[in-house]
Amino acid sequence: MLTNEDWSAIRLTVELASVTTLLLLAIGIPLGWWLARSDSWPARITSALVTMPLVLPPTVIGFYLLIAFGANGPFGQLTQALGLGLLPFTFGGLVIASVIYSLPFAVQPLQQAFQGIGERPLEVAATLRAAPLDTFLHVVLPLARPGLITAAVMSFAHTVGEFGVVLMIGGNIPEQTRVISVQIYDHVEALEYAQAHWLSAGMLVFSFAVLLLLNLFKRNGARS
Amino acid sequence: MSLIADLTLSRGQQHLHAAFTLPARGVSALFGPSGAGKTSMLRMLAGLEPSARGHLTLNGTAWQDSDSKLFRAPHQRAIGYVFQEASLFAHLGVKDNLLFGYRRIPESRRHIQPDAAIGLLGIAPLLERPVARLSGGERQRVAIARALLTSPQLLLMDEPLSALDARSKDEILPYLDSLTRQLDLPVVYVTHSMDEVCRLAEQLVLLEAGQVIACGPLADTLARMDLPAAFELEASSVLNGRIARVDTHYQLAQFHFAGGVLQLPAGRLAKDELRRVRIHARDVSLSRSPDPASSILNRLAATITAITPARHPAQVLVQLDCGGSTLLARITRLSLDTLQLAVGERVWVQIKSVALI
Repeated sequence: MLTNEDWSAIRLTVELASVTTLLLLAIGIPLGWWLARSDSWPARITSALVTMPLVLPPTVIGFYLLIAFGANGPFGQLTQALGLGLLPFTFGGLVIASVIYSLPFAVQPLQQAFQGIGERPLEVAATLRAAPLDTFLHVVLPLARPGLITAAVMSFAHTVGEFGVVLMIGGNIPEQTRVISVQIYDHVEALEYAQAHWLSAGMLVFSFAVLLLLNLFKRNGARS
Repeated sequence: MSLIADLTLSRGQQHLHAAFTLPARGVSALFGPSGAGKTSMLRMLAGLEPSARGHLTLNGTAWQDSDSKLFRAPHQRAIGYVFQEASLFAHLGVKDNLLFGYRRIPESRRHIQPDAAIGLLGIAPLLERPVARLSGGERQRVAIARALLTSPQLLLMDEPLSALDARSKDEILPYLDSLTRQLDLPVVYVTHSMDEVCRLAEQLVLLEAGQVIACGPLADTLARMDLPAAFELEASSVLNGRIARVDTHYQLAQFHFAGGVLQLPAGRLAKDELRRVRIHARDVSLSRSPDPASSILNRLAATITAITPARHPAQVLVQLDCGGSTLLARITRLSLDTLQLAVGERVWVQIKSVALI
């Protein structure tokens, strides 16, 4: 069945998806709020940028990240100056790439949830003496709960399912950057179809279960 | 003690100028046709229109002064605001909705306690129910109690009854009545229903196209004859009085007011009840003789104090003094000339219908 290497790939994938999801929520909540409320040009441009990973081939994103974070790239020089070394082909590099690649999957449901709340609950809260941050924490976030859950689940699932970006920026280093999708690729290359089946079928079941749960949750939310 | 507002707001083609001084007690109604800017003016008082310019002072404390760049945000103004639709928070239960504002004010400023507000609006049976299972009228009562629990210095109500059906309106009005009488709290009440104005208000601000065109005590303002055509349909008199006697045989109640006695259908009226009635100018006719052979019950002697042309060229508005109360009558110009009516003449006033409010 699953080898030690397979298990290590699964562990690494879950770790990567968890860290990425937390970071995406931390970035996506303020970003989604800003995009939901602002009609300015910077907001429109940011909105287009955030959506780009949906339409670009992962290899394009991976390629430019590799250059930007490489030894001669602007971010590469920055990370070196900060004493972090170079990020490509490390777990850290993988996290950054995953965050960028899954950004639209976190920001879009959040933005839609925030827009759906409308102006009225904010005004009601203000007339009930709630300061803006108070309103955000105790009115906006609870009302946007379905959006928060969708954003978290989609970020996690999409990170688990990525391959192109990971291969470009992370390579294929056991225990560090070899996630499930890369491991499956290796198995297939080595003609170990039985091994590839176990992991691939696992991914199939996982993805289906996640999407089914999300669907059930949304229906329940709409009913109540 | 007063609310002094002089605020302007421009939005595209619309220019609003909220300029009025209201006593800091009792109910002041902002009345006007839709599009007159009633809701926007209320929002300006609440600070919900940050682009409004000018001055706003409540009881000597400035809430807004554009000259010194002072602008208190809504959450820094001691207001209670009741929106047109109840706007309860969907993620909270009835109890948490009620206490949302209460928990956010310091203990020393909590003049109105939850039990008092719950009792005043009769919502004790609703506390454990989910918000989604409340009727429109119940939601609005919870929203009013929620606003009261911030112990506001000024209660702002934006057509709180307009989204409700007639039954829910009748359900809430008595609560509003007792609330405005029991709490020493100035209320600014936006409505397009003159019946609500006559029932609840002591002060009346008339608005048209974003401007204040009249402001003053209810009865005086309603009886004014210099108002634009838009308000002529509402021309009426409001009388305060007491039910002195109920005739059970004919099912009529005697309503005593300064100026005489009116007969009303008894309905559920009880002796000594204090009530208000409204008499439309269109329901008042004039006669030179007492004419006791008429089916009209309510006849009063009065003196003509003013005559002005009405909007329709065939009609005039006649203002009358009836023992200190002002009445308005709308009659034809032909009748005016036939009866040779003039200011200072004594006439008999016949009232076709009296609305109890």
